Amino acid sequence: MNKIVVGLLFGLILGAIDGATAWFYPETHSVIGGILVGSSIKGMLVGLLSGWFARRVESTRWGVVVGAGLGLLFAFLVAAMQKEHYLEIMLPGFVTGAIIGFLTQRTGTRVPVKT
Amino acid sequence: MDVSDSILDHLRHVAALPDLTGTRYELESEIGRGGLGVVYAARDRQLDRRVALKVLDSALAGEAQLIARLEHPAIVPIYETGTLPDGRAFYAMKLVAGARLDRYAAGPHSLGERLRVVRRVGEALAFAHTRGVIHRDLKPQNVMVGEFGEVYVMDWGVEAVAGTPAFRAPDARMDARSDIYALGALLESVLPANAPPALRAIGAKAMQADPAARYPDAAALLVDIGRFQDGLAVEAWSEPAWHRLRRFGSRNAVLLWLLAAYAGVKLLLFFLRNI
Repeated sequence: MNKIVVGLLFGLILGAIDGATAWFYPETHSVIGGILVGSSIKGMLVGLLSGWFARRVESTRWGVVVGAGLGLLFAFLVAAMQKEHYLEIMLPGFVTGAIIGFLTQRTGTRVPVKT
Repeated sequence: MDVSDSILDHLRHVAALPDLTGTRYELESEIGRGGLGVVYAARDRQLDRRVALKVLDSALAGEAQLIARLEHPAIVPIYETGTLPDGRAFYAMKLVAGARLDRYAAGPHSLGERLRVVRRVGEALAFAHTRGVIHRDLKPQNVMVGEFGEVYVMDWGVEAVAGTPAFRAPDARMDARSDIYALGALLESVLPANAPPALRAIGAKAMQADPAARYPDAAALLVDIGRFQDGLAVEAWSEPAWHRLRRFGSRNAVLLWLLAAYAGVKLLLFFLRNI
C-alpha cells in the first residue's frame, strides 16, 4: 500500500478518534456528527500531505515535524472558522498530526508499484 | 637443552622449510598450521608484494582448486597454484593483515560488530554452498578479520578434513547442514556472556544434533540474526509475553511517546476546563 493511501487511512481513523473525544464535553453532543466528519476530513488532509511528503523524504524525524506542522495548521483553520476553542482544537491536532507523520514514514511503500 | 640439542632443533626446523626453488616466492616466516598443511608468509619477487603461501602435506591440489572456484569478498582469493621440487602442492593467496576471530572476539567489540563478522562468515558459507562447496572445518581460527574490518573465511576443507571437535557436527555424513552447525558454534563463541537469549537460541537451533532441526541453510540463519537486529521476533525462540511487550516498546518508543503525549494533552485540557 503506498504512503499516500496509508496517510489517508491513518488520517481518517485518528481524525475520527480525535473528533470522538469531543463527546466528553456535553455541549458538543448536538453537533458531534459534524465534529466527527470535520475532524476526519482534517485528518485525511494531514495524512494525504504527510504521505506525499513521506514518498519524497525518508526521515522519521522530518515526518513527525511536517505532520505536526500540518496538524497544527489545519487545526488552526478549523478553530479560526469557529473563532473559539483554539487551544482545545489546535493542541490535540498538533499531536495527531505528529502521529500521522510518524506512521506515514514507518509504513507503506515509498515508490508506487509498477505492473 | 644443551647446545647440540638446539643445533639439532634448528636443523630440523630448516629441513622442514619448503624448498621454493623455481618459484617466484621467497620464504619469510611460518604463520600457522591449518588442515593438511602449513601457511607461510612469503614475498612474491615478481610483483614485489607479500603473500600467504600454503604448502600442503601431500600432492593434493584439490583444496586450491576448490577455493579458486569461490570468488567472494569474504573468501580469501587464490593467486597461484604450483608444485614444489619435493612434489608437494602449494598455493599463494592474499596475505590478510589482521586478527584471527578467536583473538578478535576477545577484544572489546560491540555486539553489533560481532554479529557483523558472523554475518559475513555466513554470507561466505551461503555462497559456497550454492557452488556445492562445504567448509568442513569452520571455526574462529579459520576466520580472519582484517585491519579495515574485512572478513575472510580460510582453510576451506577437503575430504580428508573432519573438523574440530567443538565446532564439528555429530553427523555421520558431512554436508551443508554440518557447516550450519559450525556457524552456530562460531556464533556462540563470539557472543559476550550477557548476550540476549534470542541470539543464544539462534546458536542453539543451528547446533541441534538432528540436522533436520537446524536451519535449512546459512541464509535462513542470517535472516534470523537480521530479525534480531531489526528488533523483530526470531524463528529460533518463542519469547515470553513480557519479552514481546518489551521488544514492542523499544521498537515503537517514538509512537508510544506520541500516543502518551496525545493522552496527556487531552487530560490536561479536560483538567483545565474543570478547574
